[in-house]
Amino acid sequence: MPRYTFSVNGKTVAVEAPADLPLLWVLRDRLGVTGPKYGCGIDVCKACTSHLDGKAINPCVVPVAEAQGMEVTTIEGLAEGDRLHPVQEAWLEQDVAQCGYCQPGQIMAAVALLRETKNPTDAQIDAIQNVCRCGTYFRIREAIKSAAAKM
Amino acid sequence: MFRKDPMGGPAPSSTQHEEGAVDRRRFLTVLVAAPTLTLALGATTAPADADSSVPQPADILDAGDALILAGTPTAHLMLVLEVTESGEVQVELPRAEVGQGITTAVAMLVAEELDLPLRKVRIRLADARPELLLNQLTGGSNSIRSLYDPVRKAAAAVRARLVAAAGELWDVPAGRLVTRNGVVVSPDGRRAAYGSLTTRAAKLPLSRITARPKPESEHKLVGTATSRVDARAMVTGQLRYALDLDVPGAKPAMVRRPPTINGTVRSVRNEAAVRRMPGVIDLAVIPTGVAIMGETFGQVVDAVEALDVTWNAGTIDALSDADIRKRLRAAAPPPAVPPLTDHIEAEFDFAFVSHAPLETNCAIADVRKDRAEIWAGLKSPVLAQQDVAAALGLPERQVTVHVTQSGGSFGRKLFPDAAVEAARISKAMGRPVKLMWSRKDDMRHGRARPASHHKIRVTHTRGKVLTYEHRVAAVETDFRHGVGEFLTATATRLPVAGNMTFAATVFHLTVKVPYRFGVVTESLNEVPLKMHTASWRSVWSANTRGAEEIIVDELARKMGKDPVAFRREFLKTARQRAVLDKVAKEGNWGRDMPAGCAQGVGFHDEYKSCTACLVEIDVRNPNRPRVVKAVIAADVGRPINPSGLEAQLLGGLTDAISTTLRAGLHIDKGLPLEGSYSQFRYARQQDSPTDVRIFIMPANGEPGGAGELGVPAAVGAIANAYARATGTKPRSFPIDFEVDFTPFPR
Repeated sequence: MPRYTFSVNGKTVAVEAPADLPLLWVLRDRLGVTGPKYGCGIDVCKACTSHLDGKAINPCVVPVAEAQGMEVTTIEGLAEGDRLHPVQEAWLEQDVAQCGYCQPGQIMAAVALLRETKNPTDAQIDAIQNVCRCGTYFRIREAIKSAAAKM
Repeated sequence: MFRKDPMGGPAPSSTQHEEGAVDRRRFLTVLVAAPTLTLALGATTAPADADSSVPQPADILDAGDALILAGTPTAHLMLVLEVTESGEVQVELPRAEVGQGITTAVAMLVAEELDLPLRKVRIRLADARPELLLNQLTGGSNSIRSLYDPVRKAAAAVRARLVAAAGELWDVPAGRLVTRNGVVVSPDGRRAAYGSLTTRAAKLPLSRITARPKPESEHKLVGTATSRVDARAMVTGQLRYALDLDVPGAKPAMVRRPPTINGTVRSVRNEAAVRRMPGVIDLAVIPTGVAIMGETFGQVVDAVEALDVTWNAGTIDALSDADIRKRLRAAAPPPAVPPLTDHIEAEFDFAFVSHAPLETNCAIADVRKDRAEIWAGLKSPVLAQQDVAAALGLPERQVTVHVTQSGGSFGRKLFPDAAVEAARISKAMGRPVKLMWSRKDDMRHGRARPASHHKIRVTHTRGKVLTYEHRVAAVETDFRHGVGEFLTATATRLPVAGNMTFAATVFHLTVKVPYRFGVVTESLNEVPLKMHTASWRSVWSANTRGAEEIIVDELARKMGKDPVAFRREFLKTARQRAVLDKVAKEGNWGRDMPAGCAQGVGFHDEYKSCTACLVEIDVRNPNRPRVVKAVIAADVGRPINPSGLEAQLLGGLTDAISTTLRAGLHIDKGLPLEGSYSQFRYARQQDSPTDVRIFIMPANGEPGGAGELGVPAAVGAIANAYARATGTKPRSFPIDFEVDFTPFPR
């Protein structure tokens, strides 16, 4: 079985896995990194949103081979020690999460958006496709705007 | 370990979830003494100005009252509070946390009563406790209603014991001591942290101590907006849902399911080949399909897809939406009141709706020869324990059920479907199992809100409504999660309901018309179909009351009245009118709107709470109407955590946007066509309003229910806004219900 080496939240990992095994299952089932959630497996709900070299990806459809030599960041890697990322802080301040299941993905999507655009418009926030079945969208929007203002 | 038994005397710990050998000095544990529950029948009936309408059953006794009554025999056993040496208070909560924020609200009540910082309160979800019977069921918007008194009494009892212990230590009468921030303080400034008092407090004779919760006028934390206690764990990815748990040896498993609902396996044609696939550990035929266990879920997905199975027929193979709709129409009797005066009438159809919690059905099971252990998000863990035991042929006491936090429910997790299935797989394979349903299966074979049909006729004359008649037919809702039995058992003993079926009982305990509409008749007829259903946030009210709010607007128009003014005139109480007035004022009701945009309003009253919703819709893009603004006001009697309450109302609004405009399931030859969120079109950010304002009315009584409250009013408001913006009369929901996708293979 091929062997892949990449970093997850700053730590180098090496895994033996089939080349086409989705990164989501390498993270969850092989490495015990459970922040990224399964919601659909076909890049539709975006619950697993994480970053590959800083760009938002959905590891449920990214084969592990594509991570070779790259930096994977999941929700667990966003804070620096006890210091939360400003987007995480904004999420607390707006009391966004309800069941919380989609929120790691929502936060990673928001962080990626704010990397590209310092002050996203409503239309740019609308383009985030992550499903929140609890319907927290308005608070997500407010949190993104609040984080943008502070960053 | 020390406990106070229900009779008030000290008793050794005996409950099975407390390990025996705990250091006696470390804890003060109090099992709350029997809280007295009094329910004054008739207290809320016949408001002074409700002269022209007799009360309906739900005015007198609602489903929440009935649940509390049914739970009364075990209410004194419900809560276990523990004070540790570090001064933390741990609460074992016999409820599920599914996102509604009950753990935060209960932590606030405990912190308030104990004068303790919120961060010192730890809430754990209790394992299944069969001795609690119905008191371990999360549903009916009833958690705060059923816990408000018991939690405060339990916490007050703990505080009183700690104060008494400090009084004994210092030889100061307890009445002269105060508590502040987890410390007992004496008049001369001596201080003792709670943690230092637990041993002494545990030894105190109980008869010396009386405890009464704080007067509500002294509440400082309760009633103020508070962030969720689990928010930090959520935003850092540390919160553990069922499948995030590391249960030793538990391996990923999924099930290949039939091409039609309730189909069964006839034969597996390529078992040997699938068993040889990379990562596959085992395969077993179970009643619901073919289970495969593997090293990773990715490999299990591939193996499940590779299976070649021949299937026996399911239970509704011949049925599609058109057939079901025809049956529903036939099942709803025509209105009986002859239309001799002015009248309006209308029929409405509502599609099936998936609960679609983002966490699909899942569970971990470790089944051994003589025992079983389950981990799952469960709103009815006692039922799960019974069902798992029955499926495995084990005594119930040999089944341990751990309740994990759920990634959403909306009614779905009342049923332990995944727990039972996981137990069967673990038994068949002889290993612990992590069972996950695929999204496609969760939507197609998971439970759904039943479709319904509605016939309404209203007669009126000279500005008065004479009769209001609403005949509902719905596909049968599965109530075999315990609520049905208990509500029926309770309600049939009371003078309001008589001897009705489960469904009819729940219908009459939840649905009522809030307006003075003369002689009101509402009825439910069910069409039993062998498919997977469950109550969905607000049960029948989203559709039944939603349709009524549409009719209210049409009636107002016919009578030449403004929708808000009409509702004001016909609502029964000042409290109801106050929330309506609030949204009308804050939402600038009646303001000029551009063509293709309109306001709409809706009202709803249930479980001792009421709410009004005002929305603005923009239909200028006819392919994607959007609710752009919402103003909501709610009176819940006594808000515990206004932030959590606003979150529930926001969720209800999003549910209403989704199910009114675009989200539903099509049944096609025995199976829903929809298989993911790209097809079941639950709202996304682009469908959500950019301006939402929610107003919580000041406390004025006891807490009402609020978990489902927001949906029906918002359904009415959105449909009414859509009608005004388009000049149409919406009758079938969701309004945009095209099949604009290629369904996944069966």
